[in-house]
Formats: sequence, C-alpha cells, structure tokens
Amino acid sequence: MATKASRSAARLMISPAVVLLLGWMLVPLSLTIYFSFLRYNLITPGANPFAGWDNYYWFLTDPSFKAAMANTLLLVGGVLLITVVGGILFALLLDQPMWGQGIIRIMAIAPFFVMPTVSGLVWKNMFMNPVNGIFGHIAQGLGLQPLDFFSQIPLLSIILIVSWQWLPFATLILLTALQSLDQEQLEASEMDGAGSFSRFLFIMLPHMARAITVVILIQTIFLLSIFAEILVTTNGGPGVSTTNLTYLIYVSSLLQFDVGMGSAGGVIAIILANIVAIFLMRMIGKNLDA
Amino acid sequence: MGHIQLKGVEKCFGDVMVIPPLDLEIEDGEFVVFVGPSGCGKSTLLRLIAGLEDVTEGTVEIDGHDATELPPAKRGLAMVFQSYALYPHMSVRRNIAFPMKMARIPQEEQERRISEAARVLNLTDYLDRRPGQLSGGQRQRVAIGRAIVREPAAFLFDEPLSNLDAALRVGMRLEISELHKRLATTMIYVTHDQVEAMTMADKIVVLQAGVIEQVGSPLELYRAPQNLFVAGFIGSPKMNFVDGTEAAKHNAHTIGIRPEHIDVSAESGEWTGIVGVSEHLGSDTYFRVSVDGFAEPLTVRAGGEVDLHYGDTIHLTPNLDQLHRFDAAATRLA
Ligand SMILES: Nc1ncnc2c1ncn2[C@@H]1O[C@H](COP(=O)(O)OP(=O)(O)OP(=O)(O)O)[C@@H](O)[C@H]1O
Ligand SMILES: [Mg+2]
Repeated sequence: MATKASRSAARLMISPAVVLLLGWMLVPLSLTIYFSFLRYNLITPGANPFAGWDNYYWFLTDPSFKAAMANTLLLVGGVLLITVVGGILFALLLDQPMWGQGIIRIMAIAPFFVMPTVSGLVWKNMFMNPVNGIFGHIAQGLGLQPLDFFSQIPLLSIILIVSWQWLPFATLILLTALQSLDQEQLEASEMDGAGSFSRFLFIMLPHMARAITVVILIQTIFLLSIFAEILVTTNGGPGVSTTNLTYLIYVSSLLQFDVGMGSAGGVIAIILANIVAIFLMRMIGKNLDA
Repeated sequence: MGHIQLKGVEKCFGDVMVIPPLDLEIEDGEFVVFVGPSGCGKSTLLRLIAGLEDVTEGTVEIDGHDATELPPAKRGLAMVFQSYALYPHMSVRRNIAFPMKMARIPQEEQERRISEAARVLNLTDYLDRRPGQLSGGQRQRVAIGRAIVREPAAFLFDEPLSNLDAALRVGMRLEISELHKRLATTMIYVTHDQVEAMTMADKIVVLQAGVIEQVGSPLELYRAPQNLFVAGFIGSPKMNFVDGTEAAKHNAHTIGIRPEHIDVSAESGEWTGIVGVSEHLGSDTYFRVSVDGFAEPLTVRAGGEVDLHYGDTIHLTPNLDQLHRFDAAATRLA
C-alpha cells in the first residue's frame, strides 16, 4: 500500500463491503431512532403520531429502568471479575507440564461451544434445581436445606452460569499470553531471588496485562447484551431482580407491544454501550499501544 | 568469595547423556571461560552451576558448602543471559533494582548501588528508559548492572556478546575484563568464540560433547594442547595437521604446526609447495600452500608486505620447537 495508485485501488476494492456494512448498520439504526419518537403500540394499531421525547421520558423514569441498570452493571462486573481471576488461575494451572495436557486443554475450552440457551437450561434443570439438581442432592446428602438458586440468589445464579460460559474464553487468551512469556525472563527473575508469588506478580502479570485488557474489552461488549440465559432461566424475575437492559427492552417491545418505548430503550442502550466503550478504552486502552 | 567445585557432575536429558561425569574446580576471583563448539554442553554446564537445571548425579559446591539442592536464588550467583532477559515493562532503574527489591535491601542502599552501577556502566542517562528503547550494547550493560548490584559470589555469563556487532563486541570484551579486574569476583563465561576465550580468560575449559578436553591458561593451551581437538580449536587461523610419512619422520601419527611457526623462503626449505589463495590482513598475510605429498594445503603466515602470488613456487621450513606431535589416539606426545 505504498503508492497513491495502490491506495486508491484498495479503497475502490473495499468500497462495496463498506457500503454494504454501512447499509446493514444504518438502516436498522435509523429505523430504531425513528420509531423511538413515535407513539407506536401494536395493541392500538392505526395512526402512529409523533411523540417527541415522551418515550425516552417514560423509559428513563420507569422504576424498573434503574433496577435494570444496576443489574446490568452487576452482571457485567461480576462475570468480568470471576472470569478474569478464574481465567488467570486456570491459565497458570494449564501452563504446568502435566500428563494429558492436550486433552485437558480441549476439555477446558468446551463450555464455550455450548449454546447460551442450552447451557442456561442445563444449569437450571440439572444443577440448580432444588429438587432434581445436583446441588440440591449434594445439599440433601449433607443434611442441609437445598438452595433454590433462582428465587433466593437469582442474579448471582445468572452470573455463575454466564461466568461458566466465558471462563474458557478468558483462560484460552490468558494461557496463550502466558505461553508467549520468554522463559529466560522467568529464569532471570529466579536468579534474582524472586519466589513464585513475586514471579507471578512482577513478571507474569505485567506480561499478561495486554491480554487481560483484550479479555475485558471483548467480554464487556458481549456481556452488555446477555439475553438468552435470562430468558430461559428466570424470565427477568423474580420481580425485576434479573432484568438487565437488554431484557427490559425485550419486555417493553415484545411483551408490552410498545415498539416506540422499546426503540427508545434501544437507543439508550446504544448510547450507554458507547459510553462504557469509551470509558474502557480510556482507562485500559493505554495497555494496548505500549 | 566465589569458589566453585563440581564433583562427578553428570546431566542427562531423558536417555541422552549431555554431560558425562565431570570434575572441575574454579578458584575464587578467577575468570574462567567455557569454550567449545555449538551443542557441546557449555550452557547446560553453566545452568547446572546456576541451579536452573538439576544435576542427574554428583554435587556442586559453592564456597565449600554443598549447593546441589539449593534453588538458584540461594546460591548467591548472578547470571547474564544471551538474550539479556531484561524485564520489558520495567524501566532500567527498576530492572537493576529488582534483585535488591527481592532481597529487601533498604531503599537508600538500593539508590546508592544503582547510581554506582550506572556510573560504572555508563547508564546514568538511560535509567528512566524502558529496555525496548535501548541499543543492544546498552541492554547488555543493563543486564550486567542487574547482576552487579547483588554483589554475587560469582557472575555467570552465557554468550553475552553474541548478539552484538564486531566493533561493539571488542569494546564490551574490554569492559567486562576491566570489570573483572576491578571487582575481583569469580566470573564464568561461556562462549564458542575462541578469540574471546583467549583474550579474557585466566583459565580456559575446552569442552567437546560434554567432556572436558583440557583446562589451562590461554598460553598453556596455545603452547601445549593436550590433543588434536584442543590443538585445532585454539588458535586462529587453525593449526595445520599432517599425517602419514611426514608425521612418521617425527615419530608421530599426526604432527601439527601453527601458521605462524612456518618460515617462508624463495630459495630453499624443507618442504616445497605452490601458493594458492591468500588473505591480506595488512599486518599479516595468510597463504594456502599446496605441498607435494600432503593431503591438505597448509596455511602459512607471512609478513604484510611479501610479494607472493597465486601459482608461485615457495619453500617452507617448520619451526621444530613449535611442532606438536600426536599419537594415533589423538593425544599429545611429550
Ligand atoms: N532441555 C533439553 N532437553 C533435551 N536436550 C537438551 C536440552 N537442553 C539442551 N539439550 C541438548 O544438550 C546439548 C548441549 O546443549 P547446550 O545448550 O548446553 O549447548 P551449548 O554448548 O550451549 O551450545 P551453543 O553454543 O549452541 O549455545 C545439545 O545437544 C542439546 O540438544
Ligand atoms: Mg548455549
């Protein structure tokens, strides 16, 4: 791409893809913005008069909005915490030379290939169900009262399920980072008198910083829009205790048939996601260009 | 203090014996160079001393104490790696401070030793840079600085100059020698470059396939190599070897004569030959000379200004005092 000619040729070549992508993105976005300013409810068909900022006002002042925001943050933060810390520990473990390393690594990655709906259902019915679930049986075996996960700790249960799904991703990326660490650096630090904890803290962790940043960025983007796991397990309940922003939009537009309100929620979600993205980039993006 | 003794040390990787049982003594304050061809086990031997590899058999003693089971950090040795192994995310200052931080040395003492090391190694202006922002020679000096501040019993160097260009290598060679004179600490230095070995060492250990072929001062190895391998390895250009009837005249299986120990004459001499390719170095000229009846051409040194050309006939006379004789088992004959 050195000469002017090759640069303009390149631009010409990629323009169809760019136009397609833009259309793909812009049409739904403009429609959403357009709908968000209409009084548009599927129960009362007919005229969809212009409603100004009404939809936004009602969406933002709805008490479940506040709860949904808090749930979204808790969900994202909790899963990030568990997957990053757990991912580092698993990566350290899988990096040890051991028998059957290849098989164990593949098995560790497996949860990532399970569809969100399926894993939600499996966890709900086979693990966390107080009557049929394994945890319930274990609790009974120990003579304890089985925990009804989805009514007693609904949000934490969802966080656990989602963490289980994303842990392999974090582990995989962090393991690759760990394996790219120069062995001589570790040996040098060993000669310098660093014990295993100091080696981890001063050599391995800084080396993994960039990978951790990548894990946090990518996961945040996906975790903001968690939906299937909530739908198949708690349906956002009890009350609104597991309703996140995505689920609230679903409730407004498809359960209450209020397309205008749902669109307003969507636009708000887009804005929030962008704020989070900018914030994250600012805060940890430094790590990426070092 | 830095007296290191290896007793019957042996190293196997799986079934492969890389170092057969070996004894070696390194005196306090000595500059010892391990030299040998690639893959002969120099690095492995150094790593055994450092504690980065476990010995399969035998003991490593440091200052009279058995250190075989001690972890690297407890041996009081410092190592400079071929790739320098600096910590990329730390500034030069923090790199140098790292071993002291691990040893919990007080802050003021750390500062004092860092500025002292930086002064000695000309790093004062670079203390706040990252290793990635330094040249190869500067990185090398940071690695040495990190080793110095621990005030170790001995320094271990694994081919520290092999990533530098020729001019810088000569400069760093002098700096390391000077450092050794000033600190008077034991240094063990691994290289495959026999010029480095000859110029820096108090004592050279020549290795081949994990076996010590000879231990001695540079001049001892030059004057009295104990076998064909050492004779061929030490000295540049290589010693000439002649077998057959010519060797039999001297009651040997093989005779060796260095290029600098052959006299050249236009009129008469013991051997007659045809001049082949020559290398003019300015101060000296090396000729390849094909002598009648010898399997290989000889390398011969002459003055810088001699007037000899490709195809000329010349006469050669070996300096008999400097002739090395070897038996069929490749060992030196007295
Ligand atoms: N971890 C290991 N596992 C198996 N074999 C090894 C291992 N490390 C070294 N070796 C073998 O041991 C022998 C000696 O290796 P070593 O690194 O000590 O050579 P060296 O003399 O330092 O060579 P160079 O000058 O190329 O650095 C080599 O044949 C090498 O293949
Ligand atoms: Mg080596």
